[in-house]
Amino acid sequence: MQNNVQSRTQNKIQGNPFYHEILTEHNLHPYHKHALPDANLELEGVNPNCGDDIVLRLKVEEDVIVDGAYEGDGCAISQASADMMLDLIIGKKKDEALRLADIFSRMIKDKITEEEREELEEAGILQDISHMPMRVKCAMLGWRTFRGMVEAE
Amino acid sequence: MGRDIKEIRADFPLLTDEVAYLDSAATSQKPRVVIEAEKEFYECYNANPLRGLYELSVEATDRYEEAREAVREFIGAQSAEEIIFTRNATESLNLVAYTYAMSALKAGDEILVTIMEHHSNFLPWLNAAKQCGAKINFLECDADGRITEEAFRAALTARTVLVAMTQISNVLGCENDIKSFAAIAHEQGAVFVADGAQSVPHIPVNVRELDVDFLAFSGHKMLGPMGIGVLYGKRELLDKMPPFLYGGEMIETVTRNGATYAELPHKFEAGTVNAAGAYGLSRAIAYIRKIGFDAIREREDILTQYAFKRLRENPYVTVLGAENPAEHHGILTFRLEGVHPHDVAAILDESRICVRAGHHCAQPLLKHLQVPSTTRASLAFYNTTEEIDRFVETLGTVRRRLGYAE
Repeated sequence: MQNNVQSRTQNKIQGNPFYHEILTEHNLHPYHKHALPDANLELEGVNPNCGDDIVLRLKVEEDVIVDGAYEGDGCAISQASADMMLDLIIGKKKDEALRLADIFSRMIKDKITEEEREELEEAGILQDISHMPMRVKCAMLGWRTFRGMVEAE
Repeated sequence: MGRDIKEIRADFPLLTDEVAYLDSAATSQKPRVVIEAEKEFYECYNANPLRGLYELSVEATDRYEEAREAVREFIGAQSAEEIIFTRNATESLNLVAYTYAMSALKAGDEILVTIMEHHSNFLPWLNAAKQCGAKINFLECDADGRITEEAFRAALTARTVLVAMTQISNVLGCENDIKSFAAIAHEQGAVFVADGAQSVPHIPVNVRELDVDFLAFSGHKMLGPMGIGVLYGKRELLDKMPPFLYGGEMIETVTRNGATYAELPHKFEAGTVNAAGAYGLSRAIAYIRKIGFDAIREREDILTQYAFKRLRENPYVTVLGAENPAEHHGILTFRLEGVHPHDVAAILDESRICVRAGHHCAQPLLKHLQVPSTTRASLAFYNTTEEIDRFVETLGTVRRRLGYAE
């Protein structure tokens, strides 16, 4: 019992692995947080309980995501996750982006292979969020909004 | 407070040096006497109260009714029949909304609620109003949470049937002058419902002195177990109200066509009750009485002042509500510039500091004050200045952790 408490504390003192330099960099200096006047797809994604709120915009030409951006507010995880997603999917075909979104969702909610995690590039650092059920929705917001947008099309 | 803080903390199994528990407004920690009381009930008195004709059931009933008497005495009600046991303050408020409000309201009537109410002292009234074609009016407060008598009088109309007001705000920590507002509401013929969830654990509350018609509060915020709460109601109102839940042990006779209902308080306590929870609550009340509200208030005031002073050292922190710590009753809701409250709470949690983040079930208030979600630290007499130091110092590292250069 005492040992459990101690080991938990030790883990804690090392810090939550997800407040990572990569994540804070995407949160403070996002590459894709801006307006996108020539977007042809747009959807708002909200986590009403935490107040995370983003508007995701994509410019899609012949099934290829040629550009994308988001605007909004929320916690570091929701914002950085959306930014990393756009890093990953811009320049990809919609189907390929959906496949990656599926891997991301399985990573957060279940398990994926190491190869699959590498496919997610920087977004793979969010793997440990699966241990924090309260934050899963934050990490999923951008990806869920992307899926909703493409499926509604 | 007579007893050393170390001794007091030793009464609470969960309060160790490991955890800095600063979320007592969400639920308080429990002293060992309360935890053991629930166990004792099931080990020594367990039988279905109010039903059995055998000795054990009589003992279970005695423990349950003694708890009711303890609550009556604690809040100064006239009779134990005015004390209804519920699950929590939310259920107590719903009880009044579904029974009193829905039978009293007519189309065009008005309910007055303050903008600072917890959702549980707003949504039941909104629902009742919608069902009855009545209207909800909002009484707004200033940024410190103050509501003036003039504003209150101006918001009351001849059609105001009911006023719902919290005694202490779970976000701003401010105290409403329930006694004066209830008196004004009564002049207008309105019934006054007070939410005591945040006040009953921290300040002496006497229902006859305040002259409220209903008072709702939860056991779990006042050192008691989860799943036991209280509704106080004036007898003449409770008598006229229809039952809330229908079922066992709330009837006199049942025929194929109907039933006559039991006397107070059993009319409102259908089904098997949480007798072990009530027994635990009675022990929580005994514990509070032993320490005494004078000592509790003195200690909570000192801690609140200290936390305020330390939080002000951080230029990125803004505390919501009044400048004067004495108006906060241990509740410190704040913003940390540039950081979302969920990130604040998650980073504090790495050092096992427990705070609440979000909208604190008071979305209309945050909207009124034009603040997005916030972080809340809430104190109780069992907290220490060391815990506050740990909290403030860790909070001081949060912006750096998130990449801000300072």
